[in-house]
Amino acid sequence: MNIINQLNKSFENRIRLGIMSILMVNDIIDFNSLKNMLQLTDGNLASHLSALEKATYIQIFKNFVGKKPQTTYSATIEGKKAFLEHLNTLEKLIKKNH
Amino acid sequence: MENESLKTLKEIKSLMEKSTRFISLSGISGISAGIVALIGCFILFLNYSEFIFAIPSYYKEIPENDNRFNSFLLFIWVDAILILFFAIGSAIFFTTLRAKKNKQAIWDHTVKNLLINMFIPLAPGGIFCLILFFQHQFYLIPAVSILFYGLALINAGKYTLNEIKYLGLSEIIVGLFASIFWEYGFIFWAFGFGIMHIIYGSIMYFKYEKA
Repeated sequence: MNIINQLNKSFENRIRLGIMSILMVNDIIDFNSLKNMLQLTDGNLASHLSALEKATYIQIFKNFVGKKPQTTYSATIEGKKAFLEHLNTLEKLIKKNH
Repeated sequence: MENESLKTLKEIKSLMEKSTRFISLSGISGISAGIVALIGCFILFLNYSEFIFAIPSYYKEIPENDNRFNSFLLFIWVDAILILFFAIGSAIFFTTLRAKKNKQAIWDHTVKNLLINMFIPLAPGGIFCLILFFQHQFYLIPAVSILFYGLALINAGKYTLNEIKYLGLSEIIVGLFASIFWEYGFIFWAFGFGIMHIIYGSIMYFKYEKA
């Protein structure tokens, strides 16, 4: 049961895991692209993003494209490290049972 | 727990793929682009059949005051622009249909990446063809256009369905042969842009869309 305890609590939620998966392979991504890929509502996505920001796993950038405000997101080094560890733990769980 | 982990890993993999690759490139758009290219070649054949099966060797030199050849060059311009217009138009049309079905956005960062990486080899290749044209080195234009198109597809392979790399590699081989047997440039062109698109599009259609 030790391995299960190693699973990162921040990634227990599927949506947060999904956000991190996308940010692992895209350096930077905007709110709407994330929304489309994960098929979420604005409020739902925003709450998970702020939770990940609190954990310092992602960075939020606010800037303007012309006059429109645009928010973009990228994973921090800490976040990438935590995600990889989480993946390793998942793999261990699969291997152990074989 | 084991199944749960496996399912999670699969979901992660699919999200990573979906967020970097534009997977809605439709096989039908390959078929339609190929048919348009063949129609364009056929129209050229109907009007200037003498230049299609063999470009005369003296056209390596500048053919001064040859009215027949000059009107042929003008015809090629119009024909090429029409081919480009209808091939791209139909490709966009069928890909939009498929993107809607996949619930994938037709304009997002995956499409942008795909286009940017296609145009890195395609734009210099196109400009190179124009330079060859204005220097009256017509005989290599079919080969060069196929060759650079192949390079563009390989470069785009990371941002859409992986199989497009094999089409790119085949185009490069056809392009190289077209430069050796440049007298038959138009035949190679019809094969590379027409037949190969139809074959590739059909394979993709039956592999991913038929079900």
